[in-house]
Amino acid sequence: MIDLHNPDWSGASVRIAEADFESPYEYGLEYGSPARGLWNIVHTGMLLPESHQIFVCAQGCLRGVVLTAAEMGAQERFSTVAVCENNVLDGDMEALIIDGVTDVLNRLPKKPRAVLVFTSCIHHFMGCDLDYVYAQLRGRFPDIYFTDCYMNPIMRKTKTPPDPMMRMRLYSFLEAGEPRDESCLNIIGNNYPTELSSDFMRMLRGAGLETRDITRCGSFDDYRLMARSRANIVYMPAALPAARDLKERLGQDYIYIPLSYDYGEIEKNIAALAAYLEIPAIDAAALRSEAEGALSMASRLLRDTPVVLDYTATPRPLGLAELLLEHGFNVRSVYADAFIAEERPAFERLRAKYPSLELCATVHPKMGLLPRAAARERKEKIVAIGQKAAYFCDTEYFVNMLEGGGRWGFDAITHIAEELCDAFINEKDTKGIIQIKGWGCCC
Amino acid sequence: MKQSCSILSTYTADVSGVCSALYEMGGMTVMHDASGCNSTYNTHDEPRWYDMPSMVFISALAEVDALMGDDEKAIDDISRAALELRPRFVAIAGTPIPMMMGTDFRAMARLVEERTGIPSFGFATNGMNSYDQGAGMALAAVAERFCPPELKAGKPAAGGRPAINLLGVTPLDFSIGGNAGALRKIFEEKGFRVVSCWAMGSPWEELMKAGEANVNLVVSSSGAPLAKALRKKYGVPFVTGLPVGRKASDDLFRLLEEAAADGENKMPEPPSSGEDGKLFVVGEPVQSAAIARALELDYAMEGVRLLSPQIFPDEEAVFAALSGARTVVADPLYRPALPRGCRFVPLPHEGYSGRIYRKDIPIFIGESFNDWIERELEL
Repeated sequence: MIDLHNPDWSGASVRIAEADFESPYEYGLEYGSPARGLWNIVHTGMLLPESHQIFVCAQGCLRGVVLTAAEMGAQERFSTVAVCENNVLDGDMEALIIDGVTDVLNRLPKKPRAVLVFTSCIHHFMGCDLDYVYAQLRGRFPDIYFTDCYMNPIMRKTKTPPDPMMRMRLYSFLEAGEPRDESCLNIIGNNYPTELSSDFMRMLRGAGLETRDITRCGSFDDYRLMARSRANIVYMPAALPAARDLKERLGQDYIYIPLSYDYGEIEKNIAALAAYLEIPAIDAAALRSEAEGALSMASRLLRDTPVVLDYTATPRPLGLAELLLEHGFNVRSVYADAFIAEERPAFERLRAKYPSLELCATVHPKMGLLPRAAARERKEKIVAIGQKAAYFCDTEYFVNMLEGGGRWGFDAITHIAEELCDAFINEKDTKGIIQIKGWGCCC
Repeated sequence: MKQSCSILSTYTADVSGVCSALYEMGGMTVMHDASGCNSTYNTHDEPRWYDMPSMVFISALAEVDALMGDDEKAIDDISRAALELRPRFVAIAGTPIPMMMGTDFRAMARLVEERTGIPSFGFATNGMNSYDQGAGMALAAVAERFCPPELKAGKPAAGGRPAINLLGVTPLDFSIGGNAGALRKIFEEKGFRVVSCWAMGSPWEELMKAGEANVNLVVSSSGAPLAKALRKKYGVPFVTGLPVGRKASDDLFRLLEEAAADGENKMPEPPSSGEDGKLFVVGEPVQSAAIARALELDYAMEGVRLLSPQIFPDEEAVFAALSGARTVVADPLYRPALPRGCRFVPLPHEGYSGRIYRKDIPIFIGESFNDWIERELEL
């Protein structure tokens, strides 16, 4: 067995000074930590009001999604069609989907407005004729909207991984329609609603503009109104394919203002949005000053307490690490298996200025054994931002934030600083919290 | 059989069964899969995952490797990880896409073993069969490969009871709330020596002494292939059953003694299920039969019927079978299948509802069953 008292972390952890941005670790077998707060495709699909999900896949694949729905108490909105060995051998996959979905819909006590049919890796490889399948289903149920969704993790390392694909398919029921509502904008591609205190939300409200967001839609008709909005605002990288798709299909323009922790970039994005919408820009200096104050207070409280963070908390963990280091926090480690291209400038700056910052994989096989063993021998207090970082460091002091937590701009920074203070003072039930699947999904 | 389920859940699959059975043995189990099987297993099937580390990984199969039929990458990744982590053995288990690729798991295992010198197994699971099949093949494979053939059972001391192994104990059927411990305890209190428990709570060294038992007890369908493997290796008979309730437990103790004495495999009398029965026990076959038997013997409830839709629940068949039920003992996720006015006794089953109702799983071994069922049925 591997020596846990004299561990070799090579391949799983590296100082940023020695890291390759494109490929910082050894890749191969993968471990999965018990931190389960990130949403999966079932959670995201449930954002669509009055919809029903039908998954068509093998028993082993069904298990995870069935129980996701059951844990949400949403079994009534979820059904399955099992793919068995004989279906693979007989090649009757189209008939299985058509008849299975028909059977499910005929047995539901009330017909849904929309049905998300999820096919899987098997259909992808078998060359299943999905156009034929959906044409047949639309013919059988003309009053129901159908769309194709995909549970195909085998595409995880391609240009269309399941998560961005799901965020895109979620808006596939939107159809071009007039009139355009010039006073409305959509926020798309997020699992969490954007907090009204976020910088750009305050700016929009100040200009008399409204926002529509699937996370706040109460009905399928509300959701369909999103097609009329003037433009889409995107700030999560995984939402970009959805924005591009809507532009292509509906001619609905979008503006990308990425979630960032860089003051200059935030101010640039505020100005860009204001110019795009031809509205007055919000006073960024005041917001910045507020964020500075919050960071200063948190830094004084935490002093040299080690801080660790991970990619589930934000798509820009390096940017957040840089912000904290620049404000005197003792950031020790960043847990992330890869970095998006937007992170490269922060990576280069960190490498030059903070070369001993540690980068850690989360899926490397050693991560299943070494971090928790090390944590058991460590006596110091660590504050984590993100569930995976909290798990690996076995700390009860953590900020339970996922995907940026629905905050943007200086408001997001202020909030993180406040949450750090809270995390430093108040213990959390880490084990209880981080094992909950799809944190905050209350569909 | 219809393959659609509008509301019922699904049992966990063979690949999770392999992982669950081997979890505590110090081996490294690799699910040959893109992703998804690991989070399903770690989240819903494996209650030990947070606190008890074990080397269970996925191969992270990529689209291009599947298209090209490239097994070399997986073999190389598995070998590299095994050389770094030094597990006791390596087990590779399949999922749907490797099945479609026609992956030869035994060949993969042989190559890993050649490269690492670590004993390796390949299991042709495909995620389309029930967990007991995976757990069963994994437990049997370990016994066939590692249990020393020269061991022999001693004779029980005069007046003493035989030594036994408990076969088929995984959290998928027994969870982690105390049933596995209660199972061992009841036999020890009744004078049986428990040589090993496959595979919860027994260190490797204990498992390797399985050949010292006089008789084996198959406590779930996952244990059946292992019982056959041990019979072949040591000539030891097995009894299939679970000590549930007062009289049925005594029956089982007697059967174990008889099997040890005459060397014949045995099973308790099956419950006298009739087509008119209105009381159903739904769940794992061995456990359900034991509960039905206990209801008959301790409470004179006749015609208790069993339903074990473990392969894949045909929802319509389940609804039809339960349509005339007056009382149903089953996992809470079967509740939608109950007819109006039917009394429901929830008995959560980790292999079906995962962790959702884990805290509500009662101790159902021995007389604890009586305490629980009397409370539930207000007897």
